[in-house]
Amino acid sequence: MSEMRELYQEMILDHHRHPRNFGKLAGANRHAEGYNPLCGDHVTVYALVEGDVIRDLSFEGTGCAICMASCSLMTDALKGRTIAEAEALFGRFHDLVTDDNATADEEVLGKLAVFEGVREFPVRVKCATLPWHALRAALQRTVDQSVSTE
Amino acid sequence: MTRTSSTPLLDVPRVRRDFPALAQQVHGKALVYLDNAATSHKPRAVIDAVSNFYARDNSNVHRGVHTLSVRATDLYEGAREKVRALINAADLSEIIFVRGTTEGINLVASSFGSRLVEGDEVVISALEHHSNIVPWQLLCERTGAKLRVIPMNHHGDLLLDEYRTLLNKRTRMVAVAHVSNSLGTVNPLPEIILAAHERGVPVLVDGAQAVPHFHVDVRALDADFYVFSGHKMFAPTGSGVLYGKRALLESLPPYQGGGDMIASVSFAKTTFNVLPHRFEAGTPDIAAAVGLGAAIDYLNGVGWEAIRAWERDLVTYAAERIAGIEGVTLVGTPAHRAAVVSFTIEGIHPHDAGMILDHEGIAIRAGHHCTQPVMEFFGVPATNRASIAFYNTRDDIDRLVAGIEKVKEVFKG
Repeated sequence: MSEMRELYQEMILDHHRHPRNFGKLAGANRHAEGYNPLCGDHVTVYALVEGDVIRDLSFEGTGCAICMASCSLMTDALKGRTIAEAEALFGRFHDLVTDDNATADEEVLGKLAVFEGVREFPVRVKCATLPWHALRAALQRTVDQSVSTE
Repeated sequence: MTRTSSTPLLDVPRVRRDFPALAQQVHGKALVYLDNAATSHKPRAVIDAVSNFYARDNSNVHRGVHTLSVRATDLYEGAREKVRALINAADLSEIIFVRGTTEGINLVASSFGSRLVEGDEVVISALEHHSNIVPWQLLCERTGAKLRVIPMNHHGDLLLDEYRTLLNKRTRMVAVAHVSNSLGTVNPLPEIILAAHERGVPVLVDGAQAVPHFHVDVRALDADFYVFSGHKMFAPTGSGVLYGKRALLESLPPYQGGGDMIASVSFAKTTFNVLPHRFEAGTPDIAAAVGLGAAIDYLNGVGWEAIRAWERDLVTYAAERIAGIEGVTLVGTPAHRAAVVSFTIEGIHPHDAGMILDHEGIAIRAGHHCTQPVMEFFGVPATNRASIAFYNTRDDIDRLVAGIEKVKEVFKG
């Protein structure tokens, strides 16, 4: 069971039980849906973007603990960041959950480092990255988009 | 010695030894396989039949005069006879080999559906698998026919009075599951079929979740079409059966064109082969059909009464034990249940539960089970589903219950 404890760390369980930034964002000027038809994770990410800065973020939807915690921690991590910084962080996060050689550098990743355990479970990578894919879709296009992991 | 009549007992330790895949460890724990509604494991007899076919008899069917082709044809047609006897069809020509339930339903929706016109109606039910929804939706889009849905209550039982009011002079087909794959509901087919027949409407039954669990008699049911998959009944993937009443099948246009389904072909005109070959274009999955025949022999040997009695006891035990866990809610509490128990765990998504259970060596299904309308009806995105076969035991259920407690423990943090 220790492997399970590695994955379901207290911070992940906490953000799953008490998701931050949950609900529609008043004044959002970007949003996109993310859907994983395989497991039914379904989230919408809302963003308020001014120039190249993400002023505010929120999400709503349903999904597993990994997906919900990832939504919650991502929206916390990216408030006030530039779009370029968000893209760079997505790259680091993606490496963290897929690449066995990636280091969980807390200086760069902050609380997101808690997802390091996901790399041991390839079927759960999509759960962790779904909100990031949705955010990228929201940021890259000004029209409403939805993305699917399939 | 006098014996009162009693149900024959199933020697479960012995039958478990017939299934090589059951005797393995997953994450260091003895496998508990409770995902039989997705697919079942295969007994050695089936694996050997497929292996022997390729090692010895492999050839095409209905083609050659050479010895191997005759052997392959005999085995393939022999499997057809085993299917006929199993479901008590009147005639061999009524047994069409297909890839599985999905293909069988698509065949009927396409061929029978070609006679539908705008304003006609097809009746399905609220608890159907996507494979008994989407082919009819496609048909409705093609023809302008309307899809009507028999509603269910919060136990997961169909509302028969509502069903009767759906039937009218525009109803052309009723298509329902025998057993729900996500709720375990055994539908009251005699009543459903009788009401349809009183109006001259044929009934297609999706028997994918029924045939592996109890003896089905298509003539006693008076089903017009009955469709099922081999792979859920201990036979290979790629084997499946469409049963249809002969007169109905004969009235249908072909589904796919190609070899084997023709009598003669010229560029001016093709005449079609007789049943059942008319619906089996191209080289079929011969080995899978042979494997299906072996599975039927195997199941007959185990004994249908013993299988039914064992599973009835086990699924009742499973539902009671799972429902007794604090924070667990059953999804579907039907009047008659077969093989399937769906449930949710408070505050824990099925995918998290399914993965933690997997680490305990327990295989269940987590998801919408290809029944998204059912999930929507019960207001859940997904459920955990445990589904049994006759090789499962009370010990398997106890391991599952202990596993669910572990899931809750992990989530307590």
